[in-house]
Amino acid sequence: MNDLLNQLGLVGDWLTSPKQWRGAEGIPQRLLEHLTYSGLSLLFAALIGLAFGLLVGHTGRGAFAVAAVANLARAIPTFGLVVLVVTLAGLSTTPVLVALVALAVPPILINTFEGVRGVDRATRDAARGVGMTEWQVLARVEVPMALPLILLGLRIAAIQVVATATIAAYPGLGGLGRFIVDGLSRNDYELVVGGSTVVVVLALLVQVAFTALRRVVVSPGLRVSVSRP
Amino acid sequence: MSDGEPLVRWQWIGDHAGELADYTGVHLRLGLLPVLFGLIISVPLGILCHRRRWLYPPVLTAANIMYSIPSLALFMIFVKYTGLTERTVMIPLTLYTLSVLVPNVVDGLASVPEPVRQAATAVGFGPIRRVVQVELPIAVPVVIAGVRVAAVSSISLVAVGQLIGQGGLGYYITRGLQLDFPTPIVTAIVLIMLLALTTDALLVLAQRLLTPWSRSKVTAS
Repeated sequence: MNDLLNQLGLVGDWLTSPKQWRGAEGIPQRLLEHLTYSGLSLLFAALIGLAFGLLVGHTGRGAFAVAAVANLARAIPTFGLVVLVVTLAGLSTTPVLVALVALAVPPILINTFEGVRGVDRATRDAARGVGMTEWQVLARVEVPMALPLILLGLRIAAIQVVATATIAAYPGLGGLGRFIVDGLSRNDYELVVGGSTVVVVLALLVQVAFTALRRVVVSPGLRVSVSRP
Repeated sequence: MSDGEPLVRWQWIGDHAGELADYTGVHLRLGLLPVLFGLIISVPLGILCHRRRWLYPPVLTAANIMYSIPSLALFMIFVKYTGLTERTVMIPLTLYTLSVLVPNVVDGLASVPEPVRQAATAVGFGPIRRVVQVELPIAVPVVIAGVRVAAVSSISLVAVGQLIGQGGLGYYITRGLQLDFPTPIVTAIVLIMLLALTTDALLVLAQRLLTPWSRSKVTAS
């Protein structure tokens, strides 16, 4: 217990020290790098995952391929992929983005696909019956109904991306992982634990943000039907 | 990387076959033992959450919070207590599996039809025997679906443990970067993916063998 208090004190000292909050080595700069990697890769992954997930879910064609691709992508060790792309293409943001996009696509793709495919056939037929075009069926019926699952996929992807972007520091890139990797190589435990704390807080904030988003964008009608099946 | 260096030097793989096999064994141990430990924790915890519903939301929230902590950060926090050992890698990986395994155990138990439960009670099964002999076997497909996800992600996460010197095949990833030599990195990635996909396939097979009735149900529907 005493030890835990000591650790917390250590983290507190590190976090409140003014030098952590300034310059290219400071928390704000590292946080910005971290958010840039995470935000860009999540954006690309969402474009890919949503496009294919909606297409396959709506048409019902290629379901097997979606499952296979998602399964294969999940097995890729992200750490290895970052390091490989750095070795092949040199140090830049690209390797991080490639690896993080590969990490983020499967949960978005699978959940979007499952969400759209799970829409009741009768509901879909009714939408066509009242004269909706295929686009309208997708945009006004299938997407809103699949939204809880689509958001779940985006949330899982976002959490994994924010957590994994720390690895970018290992081959020499920026982001919050810098503190951890530098602390390790300098045997500076304070730096390691301080950096870890910032990453943990960021990950929790992402979790909270998605929970709030879900409250706002998911139709109230759907929420009721979920709790009262 | 120097110009003219191929992506893979086959010669290197041949020269290191024995060593690669050793690291593959270590990697499997580091990746799969946490799944086993996770299952040992999740099954009783899931049964408890199924019986006492109020327990489930806090347990699930705790598991989700642990899952959102980056592996690198969690390794670092445990280094202080368990040192640069295999345990430091396996404890966080075990904690990660809970966010997939606990909900799947609970969902699996919830998928048991009420008449089945009542029938088991009616023919004289006590609460414990009913869970072990009736409810858990019916929950197997859902539980194994969770085990598959947990095992695949655990195997690919092990590599990050190399930053504290315990990464199984992750050793070749950092080695390749240090030497600016892609062959070991490609080899490690391919081997890790093969381990993950083989484990996944074996789990699908295990599910078929454990629940022969579910196959006939699938073809019937």
